[in-house]
Amino acid sequence: MITRLEDKELKRQSRRQLLKLAPVAALGVFAFPKVSDRLVAAGVHFSDWASGAMFCSHHPAQTFSNSDVVPFAKFPYNGYDVLDPEVDFEKWTLTVEGDVKRPGEYTLAQIKGLPKLNQNTRHVCVEGWDVVGAFGGTPISNFLTLIGANTGAKFLEVECADDYYESIDMASALHPQSLLCYEMYGQALDRGHGAPLRLQMPTKLGYKQAKYLDAICVTNVLKPGKSGYWEDQGYSWFGGL
Amino acid sequence: MGNEEEKKQPAPPPDRAADAESGAVEATVAKLDMVAAEQEAAEPIAKAEEPALVRAAYEHPLPIRITHWVNAISLFVLVTSGLRIFRAFPSFGPKIPEKVLLDIPKSLTLGGWLGGALQWHFTFMWLFAASGVVYLAYQIVSGHYRTMLFTPRDIPGVWPMARHYFFFGPKPPATGQYNPLQKLAYTSTIAFGVLSLLTGIVLYKPVQFSWLAFLFGGFHLTRVWHFAAMCGFLAFIPGHLIMVVLHGWANFYSMLSGWKREPKYQE
Repeated sequence: MITRLEDKELKRQSRRQLLKLAPVAALGVFAFPKVSDRLVAAGVHFSDWASGAMFCSHHPAQTFSNSDVVPFAKFPYNGYDVLDPEVDFEKWTLTVEGDVKRPGEYTLAQIKGLPKLNQNTRHVCVEGWDVVGAFGGTPISNFLTLIGANTGAKFLEVECADDYYESIDMASALHPQSLLCYEMYGQALDRGHGAPLRLQMPTKLGYKQAKYLDAICVTNVLKPGKSGYWEDQGYSWFGGL
Repeated sequence: MGNEEEKKQPAPPPDRAADAESGAVEATVAKLDMVAAEQEAAEPIAKAEEPALVRAAYEHPLPIRITHWVNAISLFVLVTSGLRIFRAFPSFGPKIPEKVLLDIPKSLTLGGWLGGALQWHFTFMWLFAASGVVYLAYQIVSGHYRTMLFTPRDIPGVWPMARHYFFFGPKPPATGQYNPLQKLAYTSTIAFGVLSLLTGIVLYKPVQFSWLAFLFGGFHLTRVWHFAAMCGFLAFIPGHLIMVVLHGWANFYSMLSGWKREPKYQE
């Protein structure tokens, strides 16, 4: 709609309207690396909070028929350091610590004695690729019952034989498809995929699914600066799908 | 200047009733009309000394301008960080064997590494979404969308305008704030925005939003759609910027101040 006004008045109005736009200029702080580093870290923190809030603990991840599973040879080996940290299977035990009634050392036989779940699920990498694989193990919740864990605690911390470490929220750990996985494609987990025991959670990105598990700790407080190997370098902590 | 005569014409009768739904914008315009009317009333005899009036239109209400610039910044960040994320797996096929689709130069990307790029992406996706929601809500509630929404009535006008821009055809007369080709371009960007957000939600939470993933044809295809939405923006932005440069300062300044001086079209 066209109106007619004095040049001076138009300029005055224009200036007034221009000033109202000033708050947008605040986004300019993102141009300063020192400030933007902190702001984008806060952005990820907020995203993690929202991810936790929208996580539905009973919503199952899609499962696939055997014909949809990629051949074992096309399931990538992915590790941050070495693919074989040379775990001594004979002596291996899982150390259990923290807010649990029965801390101590647990053998693979004890874990295999718990009810087993086989599932064909999608493994999604933070890089953008995904593969459908076949996994077998026991739901983490079974193991938490075995060790008498306080499932009201917030976190599950894990440490790995290759010095990798991770922590996950209790809600995701209790998800019925979250496994302590010791089998892939019906065979014992091989060394490259995390033998003898790894996390397998179709509701989490790959980097959350730690391999070569050594120790599990149930806790309300994460060790400072030790929330996860990649998370401590900037990845999202929740890493949920 | 061909507008000299128009400037000296008296203001048209304030027949604003039909546009009353446009809230704040119209209020401002009405106030300005009152200012003009008061001036006329105060000096009815001093016609000779009456200052020349400028034709102007309040084209871009404040919510449109704010969301435009927030979007511009967000899109810059989301595209450059998104390209960095794409570099981590520049393919739409399987992981094994991985076929690199295109190698995007690092200099065009933001974030330094995958983790850094994700931080930017995860921060600005909220800004982009929020400004998109505010923008759409404002367009619908204020009725302002009528100036820019592409409708079937605009179809016949697209080709003459494209012929003018790309093949030096005659310039079709301006009938409103935006010509049919502009309406098509702006309306398309809304579609790109909606597509990039919905596909982004699927890529971010494919399990929680499995039904949405299903609608897009699965996780894999969703990644393709997300990339396609970005290509849509990348097709729009250069043309948009070239037009801004060609149409000069008054046109650009209107997206900052809302006011367009001497618009080419009639009421």
